[in-house]
Amino acid sequence: MSDSQRSAESDESQVTRTDVREYLTFSLGEEHYAIDIMAVKEIRGYEAVTRIANAPDFIKGVINLRGDIVPIVDLRIKFNVGTASYDEFTIVIVIQIHDRMVGIVVDGVSDVISLSREERRPPPEFGVAFDSRFLVGLAKVQDHMVILVNIEALISSQELGLVDAVTQEAGNGDS
Amino acid sequence: MSIDLNQFHAVFFEESQEHIDTMEQLLMALDLEEPDPEDLNSIFRAAHSIKGGSGIFGFTALGKITHVMENLLDQLRNGERHPDTALVDHFLTVLDCLRRILDQYRGGEDIDWDEVEEQVKALEAILNDGKSTPRTSATASSSAEPDANADNDAFGFFDAPEEEPAETADSSGSGDSENWGLFEPEPQAEPSGAEAPDTEAAFGFFEDPASATEPQPAKTASAASAAARPDRSKAKAATPESATIRVGVDKVDSLINLVGELVITQSMLKVLGEDPDNLDTLKMSTVLAELERNTREIQESVMSIRMIPVSFVFNRFPRVVRDLASKMEKQVELVLEGTQTELDKGLIEKLVDPLTHLVRNSIDHGIESPERRREAGKPEKGTIILGASQRGGSIIISISDDGAGLNRGRIMAKARENGLPVSDDMPDAEVWDLIFQPGFSTAEQVTDVSGRGVGMDVVRRNIQQLGGRIEISSQASVGSTFTIQLPLTLAIVDGMGVAVGGQTFIIPLVSIIESMQPPRANLKRLAGSDLLHVREEYWPLLRLAEVMETQARSSDPAEAIVVLIETSKRRYGLVVDELVGQQQVVIKSLEQHYKRVPGAAGATIMGDGSVALILDVESLADIVRDPIVEEEIV
Repeated sequence: MSDSQRSAESDESQVTRTDVREYLTFSLGEEHYAIDIMAVKEIRGYEAVTRIANAPDFIKGVINLRGDIVPIVDLRIKFNVGTASYDEFTIVIVIQIHDRMVGIVVDGVSDVISLSREERRPPPEFGVAFDSRFLVGLAKVQDHMVILVNIEALISSQELGLVDAVTQEAGNGDS
Repeated sequence: MSIDLNQFHAVFFEESQEHIDTMEQLLMALDLEEPDPEDLNSIFRAAHSIKGGSGIFGFTALGKITHVMENLLDQLRNGERHPDTALVDHFLTVLDCLRRILDQYRGGEDIDWDEVEEQVKALEAILNDGKSTPRTSATASSSAEPDANADNDAFGFFDAPEEEPAETADSSGSGDSENWGLFEPEPQAEPSGAEAPDTEAAFGFFEDPASATEPQPAKTASAASAAARPDRSKAKAATPESATIRVGVDKVDSLINLVGELVITQSMLKVLGEDPDNLDTLKMSTVLAELERNTREIQESVMSIRMIPVSFVFNRFPRVVRDLASKMEKQVELVLEGTQTELDKGLIEKLVDPLTHLVRNSIDHGIESPERRREAGKPEKGTIILGASQRGGSIIISISDDGAGLNRGRIMAKARENGLPVSDDMPDAEVWDLIFQPGFSTAEQVTDVSGRGVGMDVVRRNIQQLGGRIEISSQASVGSTFTIQLPLTLAIVDGMGVAVGGQTFIIPLVSIIESMQPPRANLKRLAGSDLLHVREEYWPLLRLAEVMETQARSSDPAEAIVVLIETSKRRYGLVVDELVGQQQVVIKSLEQHYKRVPGAAGATIMGDGSVALILDVESLADIVRDPIVEEEIV
């Protein structure tokens, strides 16, 4: 996206006061996804993880992120898209939701996009690897579709099992 | 010159609080038959310091009361009046009043002047009673009393100053190296003694021996000299407030020394690293060893800053016991043991409520009335022992009384009444555990002290929140003991690194008995489990590779290393590939971003930046299969 485009968009948003949000897009296999950029803490290369026994295979393990022990989840394995290979180009997006951090392994990070309310369409009912519970919408960016993911719901879901049931309850209580 | 006095208010409040605490402790400990003049002096000085400070800051209410109090105390220390229980009691109520006023000033509330006048009148009444010539404050501090032994005031903290050698107080003119209230028994002969005759000002506070109502600037010079004097005794002081921590100068000094050493080591490493081609490896390893030692010492030093003696909690109990005992018409003696045991500041603050509850319980339910004790052939005066000690990585705090003990029958009856599942053949320990149930009280009558049964469950919950546990042992008519076990909760543990299948794990060193390569002859196999015969015992073996789902280098335990582990539940051997080495590790939470991992107590970051799990040997003990034990059960 060119600078002129972006500034044009921000101008527009100021004038019309539409609900414009920025998203980080990434690819899993052939599909393109986007998450709210406010949840992204940083993007880093994949590095060796410490495996955790008795954890599902999509939880690769934990890494040391400047003194914090952060779990790494490979969404490619979880949602069965693409091939879970690890090389120097493999990317980890570190997500921060409330006080918790999680790294998710993706095939590549593409862009930061701004989407107004009109551009965000309702999510498809099928045809995506993700459960529709974790989807918030769909958007057309240039020539392809981007699926908007509710990363908070995904990370704190029982399905991913990243959070103890008890702490999850407590977290819900807080929010 | 105008100075903003507000910045000193917080310090004044804190100091006054300490002075009040000091007076209370000394009054409680005062031997009425033969009062120690040094004690009386200390009480006097404490009152005097509050008076001086309040005069400067315009806290007139405090000044008024302490002024009269001081006159009365002056009579006491000059031997013109003999202390008695009534007087001590009165002083204690005055101290309570001072506390309230202090809180009012602190909170910016209105002062209850009626109460102030009342207290002043009451004190004056005592002052004039039986004394034909009440002395004025001009004699407050006679020159015959060297202020130099004002050591206790300087830092406001001390325990049992009566232990102080008399010659220190009188002769050296300083006595101030006892600032921390921990005494070295040998007479003070250090030359530094003479240079700081007035350490009362050590914290920027005021001492005006001639007319204490007039303010005088803080003697910063003597404050500096007091601060510069390292104290060989272990410094133990901090404030009860959570916002600040008062640290002994010696602790800071040792930290500074250590940092100095670290700087030197660093520059040595720099020199070595400048010429990597001609690296003197021997020198290098010496310097690295030095660095390791430095780091460890700095770590310990920093941790010790957070550690304060349990006396900070314990010291409030003599008053609690005294008040309660007289209210309940019981005779109780409180014995404090191990008051210098150090515990993390955060833990200490959270211990106050549970301990208060337990002590109250012991007086209310435990100790019997004097008549009943006499009938039972016990001394009329009951004893409560409040003790603290360190055992390995835990702190043990115990409250024992020589009272009636828990009443099994009544607890059972109450449990049935509450619909709890009980049976007559339950072991005692399980019966005692029932009192931790919510809403459980067996007191014959509900008093305002205890008996509403809202307490014990809260006590246990509080202690569990601190990561500790509480146990009861009790014997009818002999007494009960409540034992609280708390972790030291240091964020750093000594650990042994072990490797299995290319992964490193940390075993806490405290649970390791020894590590060995097991001789094949000692390995036995029974009912599908491996056993190792060593130390005249059969140790069930647990393969860490299986637990952690990795591939061990060899499936034959004889080619592996066995780490013998002892836990509270059982002993077992952990089979690992190799030992990596002993090191200190910083405990990091796994739950913060992930969740609890079975078998792991936490994680740590190794030297290369990778993450290693710290094994939870207690929970691993649950999955050990011990064929010998199982056979016995069968």
